[in-house]
Amino acid sequence: MTAGTDALRPIRNPNARRRRTPIGRWFHYNERLALGLVGLVGFILFWEIGSRVGFVDAFFFSKPSSILAAGINEVQLPRFWTDVEASAFEFVTGYALAVALGVPLGIAFGWYRRLSYMADPWLNLFNSLPRIALLPLLVLWLGLGVESKIAVVFLGAFFSLVIPTVQGVRTVDRRLLDVARSFGASQRRLFTSVVAPSTVPFIATGLRLGLGRALIGVVVGELYAQTQGLGVMIFKASNNIQPDRMFFAIILLTATGIVGVEALRRVERYFDRWRPSLEEAT
Amino acid sequence: MLTEGIALSARGVRMEYRDQTTRDRLVAIEKIDLEIAEGEFVSIVGPSGCGKSTFLKVVNGLLPATDGEIEVRPGAKGIPHATVFQDSSLFPWYTVIGNVSYGLVCKGVSRREAYERAKPLIKLVGLDGFESKYPYQLSGGMQQRANLARALTVDPELLLMDEPFAALDAQTREIMQVELLRIWSKAQKTVLFITHQIDEAIFLSDRVVVMSARPGRILADIRIELPRPRALELKRTPEFTAYEDEVWKLISSQLASMGVGGEGASVTDAA
Repeated sequence: MTAGTDALRPIRNPNARRRRTPIGRWFHYNERLALGLVGLVGFILFWEIGSRVGFVDAFFFSKPSSILAAGINEVQLPRFWTDVEASAFEFVTGYALAVALGVPLGIAFGWYRRLSYMADPWLNLFNSLPRIALLPLLVLWLGLGVESKIAVVFLGAFFSLVIPTVQGVRTVDRRLLDVARSFGASQRRLFTSVVAPSTVPFIATGLRLGLGRALIGVVVGELYAQTQGLGVMIFKASNNIQPDRMFFAIILLTATGIVGVEALRRVERYFDRWRPSLEEAT
Repeated sequence: MLTEGIALSARGVRMEYRDQTTRDRLVAIEKIDLEIAEGEFVSIVGPSGCGKSTFLKVVNGLLPATDGEIEVRPGAKGIPHATVFQDSSLFPWYTVIGNVSYGLVCKGVSRREAYERAKPLIKLVGLDGFESKYPYQLSGGMQQRANLARALTVDPELLLMDEPFAALDAQTREIMQVELLRIWSKAQKTVLFITHQIDEAIFLSDRVVVMSARPGRILADIRIELPRPRALELKRTPEFTAYEDEVWKLISSQLASMGVGGEGASVTDAA
């Protein structure tokens, strides 16, 4: 998360520079972080105070402190942990399957022209199709258990992974392939030394997109076919008008997304260390 | 079989394309006969689109010729040729040493040994201390030095150079020309050099081969009788300018036949 436009800042004449207090100086160098915190904390305070004073309806909107209390209460219930476990299992299994199949297939479709001609109609069809609409069908086929939810998570993530991966392989720099061939690179080395490294950013994009889709799959799957999981918890809390419990579950799902995306970003940065970062490019 | 002392022999090389949309036949190279002696530095110049890069691709095996024969003497290590490509052909995800040792790794040499054998060549091209830099951290001239070292590391008989300095600014290009001559005299390779710069071809070469507009043929094969070692001052001498005039007349006659600035000029020779 680099701020391209903030990377360069003109240095003023030191004699004309205003003197700053230590806090002022900290703010000067961490402006982005500081203002981000102001925005976040400000809204939470507004919500909390508003709900206590009465201009926010606590019955429907709850308040941050109640959400925290509900959370503390929830984590002590065994039911909550079975829900978490169920959701996590569906999410991890579906996503892992999508990655394990999507990346190799995407590479194969990108590399073998004729194979991609055969796969293209299906890729386009499934990409345009709102995959969530298949959920009732999946439940019909696989039942109300985890299988149907894993399937919907898989479908969500799989196409978000395949399509950018295909794109990445197709846009490999032909000149670099020529270089590798001219040095007599084997098919295998052609792949490891040219195709794979230039496809990494595309796969990373797919992994991030797919992560979001997989989370949607988990929640919608559970809202529809209610057995157990965080989706079920949200639904039941809604029926009982317990916005604090709903918010707690939503925050957990959001946190999963944030942590996952950030972890992927770090992995990507490791594989992409040969690329100039934004600051270096300017 | 190649005659003694000949590094490359091309006989009747012809290259045709078929335009996939119009179904037209496109003759890129009409007929090329060319012999290069061991240790010789030969440049091919010609108007853009004349098929000189196509010819190079045929020589290094990236394109199959429609007709004709090409023989290259396998070098002492059994490797006939290696290519220095145009700008930005280094693998951006490998460091300098990773790039320079690439050819050896492809030949099955272990990475550690390849690194050891790459080091003297990195030194030869003047990139000492830059081994672990990525290409984006190097200037254009330094990238082409690495590119040259990459080709030299496999110790080929023939060095193929495809407009390696085309993207450099004028001053860097001249520095690189002098550098290339220095490295060439040390490495003792046969060179086939493709360029559209007349002065570059004359300055570097023992022979300058002038190609016609498409379909490419050899118009002239001019022996450059200028003493070596050569310094940049040579470009200001009357002998040098006389060669320039000679080559320029041949090429401008071709440009006239194509209609300069017209359709012919926009055809890229990468086709």
